[in-house]
Order: sequence, then structure tokens, then C-alpha cells
Amino acid sequence: MTTLTAEHLVKNYHLRRGLRGGTLRAVDDVSFTLEPGRTVALVGQSGSGKSTIAKLLLQLERPTAGRILVDGKPVQRRGGGLRRYRRTVQMVFQDPFASLNPYHTVEHHLERPIRLHHPKLASDEVHRRVLHLLERVRLTPAENVAARRPHQLSGGQRQRVAIARALAPGPGVLIADEPVSMLDVSIRLGVLNLLATLQREEDLGLLYITHDLATARHFADEILVMYRGRIVERGDADEVILRPQHEYTKTLAAAAPNPERRLSELRGG
Amino acid sequence: MALTTQAAGPVGLPAGSAPQPTRRRRLGLPPMTAKLATGLIISGAIVLFGLLGPFVVQDPARVDDIGLTGPSGAHLMGTTQTGQDVLAQLAYATRGSLTIGAIVGVLTLLLSGFFGVVGAYAGGWVDEFFSLCTNIMLVIPGLPLVIVISSYVPDKSLWLVALVLSLTGWAGSARVLRGYTLSLRNRDYVLASRVAGEKRWRILAVEILPNLIPLLASQVVFAVIFAILGEAGLAYLGLGASGSISWGTMLYYAQNGLALRLGAWWWFVPPGLLLALFGAALSLINFSIDEIINPKLRNQTRSARRGWVMSRKQLETAKEATL
Ligand SMILES: Nc1ncnc2c1ncn2[C@@H]1O[C@H](COP(=O)(O)OP(=O)(O)OP(=O)(O)O)[C@@H](O)[C@H]1O
Ligand SMILES: [Mg+2]
Repeated sequence: MTTLTAEHLVKNYHLRRGLRGGTLRAVDDVSFTLEPGRTVALVGQSGSGKSTIAKLLLQLERPTAGRILVDGKPVQRRGGGLRRYRRTVQMVFQDPFASLNPYHTVEHHLERPIRLHHPKLASDEVHRRVLHLLERVRLTPAENVAARRPHQLSGGQRQRVAIARALAPGPGVLIADEPVSMLDVSIRLGVLNLLATLQREEDLGLLYITHDLATARHFADEILVMYRGRIVERGDADEVILRPQHEYTKTLAAAAPNPERRLSELRGG
Repeated sequence: MALTTQAAGPVGLPAGSAPQPTRRRRLGLPPMTAKLATGLIISGAIVLFGLLGPFVVQDPARVDDIGLTGPSGAHLMGTTQTGQDVLAQLAYATRGSLTIGAIVGVLTLLLSGFFGVVGAYAGGWVDEFFSLCTNIMLVIPGLPLVIVISSYVPDKSLWLVALVLSLTGWAGSARVLRGYTLSLRNRDYVLASRVAGEKRWRILAVEILPNLIPLLASQVVFAVIFAILGEAGLAYLGLGASGSISWGTMLYYAQNGLALRLGAWWWFVPPGLLLALFGAALSLINFSIDEIINPKLRNQTRSARRGWVMSRKQLETAKEATL
């Protein structure tokens, strides 16, 4: 049970252009809350700062201003506090071909987080947990998959391994940065459904970052629309999609593939 | 905007296709090709000769008054102008050249690994400082510096020559390693292990270094070739290590003793041939390693291409099917 809160997050990047330096405000005054059992979708065009928010929440980058709270307390950035934070907040990366180390087996990828966060476990117990995780993401036979290396798996299978790795420490909050955008269309829904099932089982707070309004509406309770580093619209999923207020959301919703409207247009024309 | 929800059913893997990664693959070794095998056999034989040869041959320094004589029963590879046994000299020279190669290989690995990999991984001012050092060493012309240092120090040991050669040779490798490490350290799997809570040094040792092994290996092999050829060049110019003998010093003495003019091929051909063979063998090994780093270099072998050809029977059935 973890509640993660972002308060007025700002992130500036310093750009070097020749001798003059410039600043780029990638994230501008962003606040939201991730609660157990709820899915928040973060949508926005490329370069709007979605991944930067993920990096801030995972403490891979330091915010220029603003703070991140876990259960109401500011996060700690080093030592035991950081280790506890790593156990609570986990991430599924966008590209399953890049997020698994080609040199190591699936077992290594799942075993490391278990050992890091439960150092007292015996080796056979760790192995049992690895197999259990693989079964939970529906990769069977688990023994067989555990011995493989990433290049021997398909994209969808790799992304399931990445999801299993994120679940390994037993987190309360999961951040999924475009988890299916690199996958074939035919298997996207399977992976998203798996994420939704696991979220329900574990009562996870889920931040679902995506370009895709349709899946955002289907899977999320709340939608945040980002435009140039700012959150320009937020609210209940159906509300945002059906009655968009901001100009940008309107174009986005109009551009989303909508078979029913397309059909009626064809009939009318 | 209706979405149907599929049941998140199990994704079964085809049973029975249990991938048993071979030991070679798991250890990251290159696949055994004809190129690699040839390189390994030739360089292995030369290394064995350098290791064991000195124990079985005669004393290379013993002077005899028989002078320059061709191969015979007493001296399998003949003698030099001063009646020294060429085979014995060759064995010690091989050991000397290989020692230089080994020392320079290890020193280059350490120096370029430290300045290239650690610098790039640490980032920030450490990286700035390390690449400044690398760039300075890179623009200092190597061979002239070696000649200057060598001619300044009158009494040079094998170690000094090796040290000078590695000091002038590591910078290129360090640059190559730095570039690759910079690309590795921002890979998602490195970020993922940070998110998992791995320690920084462990990420470098366990997640990044294994992926650098092929590149490190090829850099070391290259450094060894460079060192052995460089030392031979120095020795041939009379700037080699004093008190020890290498392929280069043998060639130097053969040249001084007018071996070429006197037609004493048994004196200069063996060291020259070993030098060329060892360089070629290491290059072959290096090509095989390069093919792992850069799969684009992997060309089809002729036998693989032959597999594409249809047999006559297949052709006939194909023709029937189209008619
Ligand atoms: N390390 C960095 N240094 C400088 N600028 C950066 C850095 N990381 C991101 N940016 C800039 O910040 C902005 C937001 O990038 P971000 O990756 O968050 O976008 P995004 O919304 O995730 O886009 P996409 O949908 O393409 O993944 C971009 O303009 C990008 O160029
Ligand atoms: Mg992104």
C-alpha cells in the first residue's frame, strides 16, 4: 500500500549550443497522485516530457524544483531510504530489446532484484521465486524460460520478463513507459491485459505512459494530458476523451482512430 | 471506441525446443571458424616454441670457430657468422618477443580500460580529465617518441622497452573503449539495474564489462601485434633492449653480418617468417573477434550459400507446380 505524490515537479535540462548555453524546461509544474489500485494514464505527444517524469519518479534524475512524497513523506535520495524506495517504486521500460542485458539469462534478470531486496533468502528459495514470477507473467514452462537469454525470446516474451523483473521486489507503484509501443499490434492487448490483471492482484498504483488515447481510456481511471511539459488537462478517463476542453486534447481525440465515426463519415459522404 | 478485452491467457512456448545455449555461446566465445582455428593453431605453436624451446636447444651465446655454416646435423638451422646456433637463438628470440607482446598487452588493457571505460562510466569531470589525458597521448607521435626515449636511455631492459611501447600505444584503444562504454552506460538495461538498486561498481562489473569483452579482447590482440612489430622495428634500428634477444635483434645482427649478401638464408628467414606468421595469426584471431562485435562483417561461407541451391528434383517439382 503506497501512495506516491508528485508536487510541482520541474525539470530543466541545460543545453550546450556552441558557447551559449540554453535551458529546456522538459517538465513544468506537474503534480499528481498515484494511489493503490488506480491507474493513471499520462498521454502526450513525443517530446512532451512523459519519460522525464518517469525518470524523476524513479530517481534517475533530480527534479530542478518540486518534491516527490511517499505516503506523505519526502523521498530519501541515498542509503537505506533509497533502497526502500527502490523496493516500492518499479518501472517497465519501453523497449524490451534494450532493457534486458543480452549477456545475461532471464534468471539473472529476475534473481538480482530478489537478492537485492531480500538478501537473507537461500538460493533455492530465490530460484523458486524466479519460477513463480515467470508463471505469473504467463511464461511457461518457467524452467525453460529462466535458462534462456533475451535474444532467444520474442518481443512480447521479453516484455513479460521485464514486467516480472519490475514485480520482483514486490513494489507498490509501477511505472510503465509506453510498455507496448515497441510490440507488434497483435500482442499489445495481451501484454496490457496482463499488466491490468497483475495490477488488480497486487493492488498496485500504476502510471501508464502512452501515446494511445484508446488504450488510455480503456485501462486508466484518470487521464493526464501533457503538452510541452505542462499538464493541460486532467480528469476522469471518459470525461477527458468524450468532452475534451483543451485545444490540444481535442486534436488528439479527433486524430485517434475511431472506426464508428469513420464509418458514419463514409456513409454520409 | 469499443475495445474487446482478451483473456490474458498463457503464452506457451513450443515445448521440446529447449534452447541449450552451447558452452561457447554462454561464455561469449566466438564461433569456431576456419579463420579462428588457423590463427589459434599458428599462434599456439609459436607460443609453445617460445615457452619450451629454450629448455631443449643449445646455448645461444656459445661462440664457435666454425663461422657461418648452413643447416647440418650438429646445427639444425645452421650457425651465424660467429658460429652461434640459429635454432637456439630463434627459441630465445621467440621468448623475448612474446614477453614484450604479453607485457604490452596487459599494460594496454589496464591503461586503456582505466582511462577509457572507468572515465566514460564515471562521467562528469573525471571523464573530461581522462579524455584530456587520452587525447594528449593520442596526438604525441608514437614512434618518434619511442626512438627518442630509447636513444636517451643507454641501458635498456626488456621491461623498459615494453613500458615505452605501451605508453605510446594505449590511447587509441582507450578512445575506442570510451566511445563504446558511453553508448553502453545509457542503455535501458543499465538504467533498469539502477532502478533495481544495484551498486554502481556492480553495474560496471556485471552489466557493462561482459558486453565489452569482445572489444577489449580485440584491442589487446591489436596491442600485442603493435608491440611485437614495434619492438622488432626498434631492435632492427639498433634501439632494442640490451642484454636480451628478440626476432628484431636477430634480424639486426643478420643484417650487420651481411647475411643477405652472403646468401645465409637460414639466418634471416626464420625470425622474419615467425614474425610475419605470428602477426598474421593474431590478425586472424582479431577478425574473428571483430565479427562478434560487428555481425555485418560475418559473410556467408561458400558451404552456406550452396545450401540455397535447389536440387534438380526440387526444380522439377517446382516447374510442375507452376505449369
Ligand atoms: N538528458 C537530456 N538532456 C537534454 N534534454 C533532454 C534530456 N532528456 C530529455 N530531454 C528533452 O526533454 C524533452 C522531453 O523528453 P521526454 O523523453 O520526456 O519526452 P517523451 O514525452 O517521453 O517523448 P516520447 O513520447 O518520444 O518518448 C525533449 O525535448 C527532450 O529533447
Ligand atoms: Mg518517452
